[in-house]
Amino acid sequence: MAAASDASAGTATIHTGPGYTGSYFDPPLGGRTGLWSWLTTTDHKRIGLMYLYAMGTFFLVGVALGIMMRLELLNPGMQYVDHRTYNTFFTLHGVIMIFLFIVPGIPAILGNIILPLQLGAEDVSFPRLNLLSWYVYMAGAFMAVTSLFAGGGTPDTGWTFYAPYSLRTGTNVSLAVMAAFVLGFSSILTGMNFITTIHRLRAKGMGFFRMPLFCWGLYATSWIQVIATPVVGITLVLLFMERTVGIGFFDPARGGDPILYQHLFWIYSHPVVYVMILPAMGIISEILPVFARRTIFGYKAIAMSSMAIAGVGYLVWGHHMFTVGMSDTARWVFSLLTFLVAIPTGIKIFNWVATLYKGSIAAEVPLLYAATFIFLFSIGGLTGLVNGALSTNIHIHDTAFIVGHFHYTMFGGAGIGLFAGLHHWFPKIFGRMFNRKAALAAWGLIFVGFNVLYFPMLVMGIMGMPRRYADYLPEYHLPHMISTFGSWILAAGIVLMVVNLVRSARHGERAPDNPWGGTTLEWQTTSPPPQLNFAKVPENPGDPYDFTRIIAERGQGR
Amino acid sequence: MHDAHATAHAEHEHIVPDGLQVLIWISLMLLTLITAGASILFPGRVGIGVAMVVTPLKAALILMFFMHLKYEKPVFRWMFLTAMAILAVVMGLTFFDYSHR
Amino acid sequence: MNTQAATATGHVVHRDPVGAKTGMWLFLFTEVLLFGGLFVVYAVYRQMHTADFHEAAYELNRYMGVANTFVLLTSSLTMVLAVGALQRGQAGRSLRWLGATFALAAVFLVVKYFEWSAKYSHHIFPGQEYLKELPHGQDLFYNLYFMMTGLHGIHVVIGMIVMAVVFAKIRSGAVRAGRHGMLEYTGLYWHLVDLVWVFLLPLFYLTA
Repeated sequence: MAAASDASAGTATIHTGPGYTGSYFDPPLGGRTGLWSWLTTTDHKRIGLMYLYAMGTFFLVGVALGIMMRLELLNPGMQYVDHRTYNTFFTLHGVIMIFLFIVPGIPAILGNIILPLQLGAEDVSFPRLNLLSWYVYMAGAFMAVTSLFAGGGTPDTGWTFYAPYSLRTGTNVSLAVMAAFVLGFSSILTGMNFITTIHRLRAKGMGFFRMPLFCWGLYATSWIQVIATPVVGITLVLLFMERTVGIGFFDPARGGDPILYQHLFWIYSHPVVYVMILPAMGIISEILPVFARRTIFGYKAIAMSSMAIAGVGYLVWGHHMFTVGMSDTARWVFSLLTFLVAIPTGIKIFNWVATLYKGSIAAEVPLLYAATFIFLFSIGGLTGLVNGALSTNIHIHDTAFIVGHFHYTMFGGAGIGLFAGLHHWFPKIFGRMFNRKAALAAWGLIFVGFNVLYFPMLVMGIMGMPRRYADYLPEYHLPHMISTFGSWILAAGIVLMVVNLVRSARHGERAPDNPWGGTTLEWQTTSPPPQLNFAKVPENPGDPYDFTRIIAERGQGR
Repeated sequence: MHDAHATAHAEHEHIVPDGLQVLIWISLMLLTLITAGASILFPGRVGIGVAMVVTPLKAALILMFFMHLKYEKPVFRWMFLTAMAILAVVMGLTFFDYSHR
Repeated sequence: MNTQAATATGHVVHRDPVGAKTGMWLFLFTEVLLFGGLFVVYAVYRQMHTADFHEAAYELNRYMGVANTFVLLTSSLTMVLAVGALQRGQAGRSLRWLGATFALAAVFLVVKYFEWSAKYSHHIFPGQEYLKELPHGQDLFYNLYFMMTGLHGIHVVIGMIVMAVVFAKIRSGAVRAGRHGMLEYTGLYWHLVDLVWVFLLPLFYLTA
């Protein structure tokens, strides 16, 4: 927020509305200034930034926990922590990274800031609800953090809270699951807001198939948030009731079925991995045309594949449960359905590569991150097929291979997608450019560090290294060591990136309105945008990826 | 979006006649009686079978008339059907496990 | 949009009833799926313990269940009449129908109270040791019964609170013909509460 007030330095004007060309960092009407004007804002851009600051903090905490786990695994034997503490580490790392960062991350941060701009709207449909969802998020985050210290101690169940262990452990699981419940509520509110916004607030003349692809990604995501989140909500409530009153639903001693908990949990939690990845895919679909200065290849195919992924995402949750004692029929059905996800994903990757083909490519930082996404997510996707196949799944279930796989998809996909989007829209959001050299160096460190950290996990997983173990046999020493070295490189890259972005938000060069030569509506307003986004309300925006005018003005080459 | 929906009254608004709603209510009460009667007189298969047919019918009446779905834009019906379809599919897939244990 | 900013520069504050209704329906979907999760649990355990479920359902008073269905269906009717009256500009009439809806909701809760306390006096209540001694299927049935009707009851209470707020707003004229969205959305919510009950009735009371 310090960066925010700085960006507005020298402009004390309080005018707003059509014709206004100031910045959303200016104090709004009503005499509210400083922190108070932020805490009471209904401006989608300011709310997005408040999410960014909160989630950025939690992300760094999650990174620190990850580093500590890797440190313990550097050598065989127990060095720094005991087994119990290590259990709380991976639970915390998972809860923070999943519930507080990667699930709500891209929609709440970039979705909030960019969606109304891309649609040519003044704000989302329900601005006050939008602010409320931030407060609900903060309340959930507060509960999650409290659960670490209060009562019986930090939860040690893993982020999935599997019954029956989660029913028996004396740690603070009850508060943690209620925190997840509250966070889910925040996610639902955001989803409802975005669906309504997309249906009602598109610029005049912008049909559904004239929307930028990031909006399509968010649309598919929002449907998952609205339809799937309540299921985990009720599941967590049942877990809570089971712990407090004892209702027997997941307790085998009373005829309950712990596997039913897993079903209910993954009915939500598998679709939710597409909540993480679909908006990231949307970001990639925005970045590639801009930096190839070429229209997107297969617009409709990409838009529809987002919806297809969201739909198919509901059909495959059982692949998390191949070894828990499901019926054989369910196992082959879920395995078969799982392979369907590869089709729309493959369509996307094909279209992205085809967009770059014969494009006039500028290897700027956002494009490098986007390319990194395609590379890492492809590894994540292909290792996913190994997990989805029944026979191989039995071998690699609950091994480090799984950990490697989902970090390639979640971090290499959603996380890198968020980094790509942050760099892509940074000039628009803050009105300043980031330091290019530092950003390039940070990207290099992240790319190298990421692979050095996670690739050995795939290898040792196949060798038989179980996940969630604090100790291991000497034969796994080498891959563990390499992996830990990688974590240091990756952490250095992340720190450099964060420092660079924070510094640039304050001191960077002033950014032009359209630094990269983008064609979608957010580039047609000022950087940073005024309070109601557009001095002149856009109409009939036409093809979102028509580069004719950009090429005429700036040339085909670079 | 500007001015696109500036006037609320421009949106067509349908007022369902009170008489029709009372008729719907009477039907719902009768259908409830039928379900309850069937389950008391023919407990077991028949009673449950009647309930399985009549209950969705009652739900449809509530949705279409009390909740106005019949008079809303088609997109509302599509959205509702999507949500229902997902719930049905999820339920069905769960039983691939429980029916074949 | 920022209402303050909008009015200060003199441009029209947009109202979008269709948008608001879209949001309301999306919210209702989340409610359906919330109960949907419980329906999945019910279906699974009913299949695993069919005989126990039939056995346990005998303990529930089906006459009370059916009576309460009549109460809720009637409250749904008074709710649509309240909305219709307000749409036609008859605020007084609308208030009377809304008051009737509120009263019927209260009747529903009173009947529920008697049902629950009868069960409680027989030690049939979540957390009671007696339940654990029953066959597994019956134990699960009663716990499901209390979870689902309990969650439904919470929704009834919330509905009553919202109705009281809307009642006050109609009296003050904040909610009126042409600006009746809030009453309409309350109605939608109330019908959903009714809709859920329509399914709970055969699942618990008429399954014996």
